[in-house]
Amino acid sequence: MNGSNTHARWLTPAAVLALLAMTGCEAPPPQSTQQGFRGTGMVDVVQADDVAERKAMQTVPAPLPAVPDGGPLAGEIYSNVQVLGDLSIGEFTRTMTAITAWVSPEQGCAYCHEGADMASDSLYTKVVSRRMLEMTRDINANAHVGAVGVTCYTCHRGQNVPENIWYKATPEDAFFVGNRDGQNQPSAVPQYAALPVDPFSDMLDGTAAIRVVSTAALPNGNPRNIKDTEATYGLMMHLSEALGANCTFCHNSRSFTAWDQSPPARVTAWHGIQMVRGLNTDYLAPLGSVLPAHRLGETGDAPKANCATCHQGQRKPLDGVSMLQDYPALQSR
Amino acid sequence: MAEYQNIFTRVQVHAPTYAGVPTQEPELWPRAGTPFLSYWLGKIGDAQIGPIHLGTTGFASLVCGFIAIEVIGLNMWASVGWSPMEFMRQLPWLALEPPGAEYGLAFPPLGDGGWWLIAGFFLTASILLWWVRMYTRAKALGMGTHVAWAFAAAIWLYLVLGFIRPVMMGSWAEAVPFGIFPHLDWTAAFSIRYGNLFYNPFHMLSIAFLYGSTLLFAMHGATILAVSRYGGEREIEQVVDRGTASERAALFWRWTMGFNATMESIHRWAWWFAVLCPLTGGIGILLTGTVVDNWFLWAVNHGVAPAYPDVFPPVSDPAAGGAP
Repeated sequence: MNGSNTHARWLTPAAVLALLAMTGCEAPPPQSTQQGFRGTGMVDVVQADDVAERKAMQTVPAPLPAVPDGGPLAGEIYSNVQVLGDLSIGEFTRTMTAITAWVSPEQGCAYCHEGADMASDSLYTKVVSRRMLEMTRDINANAHVGAVGVTCYTCHRGQNVPENIWYKATPEDAFFVGNRDGQNQPSAVPQYAALPVDPFSDMLDGTAAIRVVSTAALPNGNPRNIKDTEATYGLMMHLSEALGANCTFCHNSRSFTAWDQSPPARVTAWHGIQMVRGLNTDYLAPLGSVLPAHRLGETGDAPKANCATCHQGQRKPLDGVSMLQDYPALQSR
Repeated sequence: MAEYQNIFTRVQVHAPTYAGVPTQEPELWPRAGTPFLSYWLGKIGDAQIGPIHLGTTGFASLVCGFIAIEVIGLNMWASVGWSPMEFMRQLPWLALEPPGAEYGLAFPPLGDGGWWLIAGFFLTASILLWWVRMYTRAKALGMGTHVAWAFAAAIWLYLVLGFIRPVMMGSWAEAVPFGIFPHLDWTAAFSIRYGNLFYNPFHMLSIAFLYGSTLLFAMHGATILAVSRYGGEREIEQVVDRGTASERAALFWRWTMGFNATMESIHRWAWWFAVLCPLTGGIGILLTGTVVDNWFLWAVNHGVAPAYPDVFPPVSDPAAGGAP
């Protein structure tokens, strides 16, 4: 047998196979786009089909037709209108219609209003909605959302309860043997790493420190240890998935902690974390006393928000489309 | 020509089995097992299997190792409610975690890290006993103790990670969990907490020796296989003669690099590269948190990390006073 021919026969397929192997296990291969200075690994990594899939879920409903200005105020006509009383009667009705389509398209008005007495607060959903309106206005005053703002639809997307919510993790009962330490189990929160599965309770429904890295080169009494770091890491994995972004969307590849080298998106994210803490502490967690048992988590806590609640896999919820401008009732006062 | 292009051992010696050379001193434990030949194992090594010498330290090492694996495995199994199915499904995620920082170096309750200390003790005992076995077996055969000292380099890194550094930091919480994904997450978190381990010069050295080891291994393995058609794997009888496989191998590198290792020195290169990988790595881990707390800032202070031109608009910490 001719040796060189034998070589040629298997060298070509072997080279093709090697090339395929080198492109990695993901098909189609991820695309990376340079963001920072060359050679520093500051790249935006996305997968085309993943981006398309996430984008397809971001349908924005057409705004309801505007109503003429003027007319009596809702608070003068109806009783028990605590938040939207300063709207004209036309704008009030328009807003109610929009909220129904965003939150309870199947149940209609009856989801929050009991029978003929629209003023009654007997249904818990009405009490919750009122608080949600206040929360929405509060969010729209926040630096994190800017002028784009949010509406009920940003999170609800036609569902009574937004799809992306979280509850406190159930405490473990293993104290003698088999203690998981709140981690080491397959969980979507840290994207199936073995990191803590509930980084939210302390860091998004409380003000537990997120920062772990020292700001000085030498030991300086920084008490944060590796377990603390794993909790922060778990939270960051959630952020990454919630936004469909990799670490360098906000962080520098060389030093996660150095602000002076960070992309500006990190400042936006920082305001977002502060905002979510406020939403959970001031609005969502206290609703636990209003909500029925079937809406509560295993530890009896109310459903709460994290980054995915609004973002739903997008860097800007609804691809940055502002629905707020069409609904003055939801704008901050 | 294709005769010499092979993946597996071409020539298997199938001879009457033998117990091996006698040792210089009488043995407390006999060599155990009747030797036999294995065709398939002969494809990748010597076809004769056994006899083996377990010895006191080998026996004690296996017992300690068994206890450690049991403590780790049963804790993992308990963490999934003793379900065999879930144990198999979740095994890559399962772990036995070290105690929390609140316990310092004290012995915590069993379920709160106590089992981790017990497992760590027995695993360490098992490894150290196996090292003694490596050392005494080499001595019994009249060999040098190079294998034992290479193993000791790996043990050094293991002890730094799980014992020496946690003791210096005053907390078992600094140590590594037992578990497949969990120890990898620990590694990533360790680098993040200490400001990017890539800027640790001993980490750099360790990587250089790691990659260097693979390079040397590939060069040496390839060279010997390439001259196996001239009997190059039978090294020692080749060294003194001209035109042998050994001389061709040497000449190949002298042509291509201008310098060649010798049949003896190549193994010295390989030994030192391999041994220096965990030795330097262990030093790097030991300095982290004890001497340096943020390797990136350390590298900036010492001119290691360059400054790059600004690409993004200026950004500053939005938290007044550095609050979280």
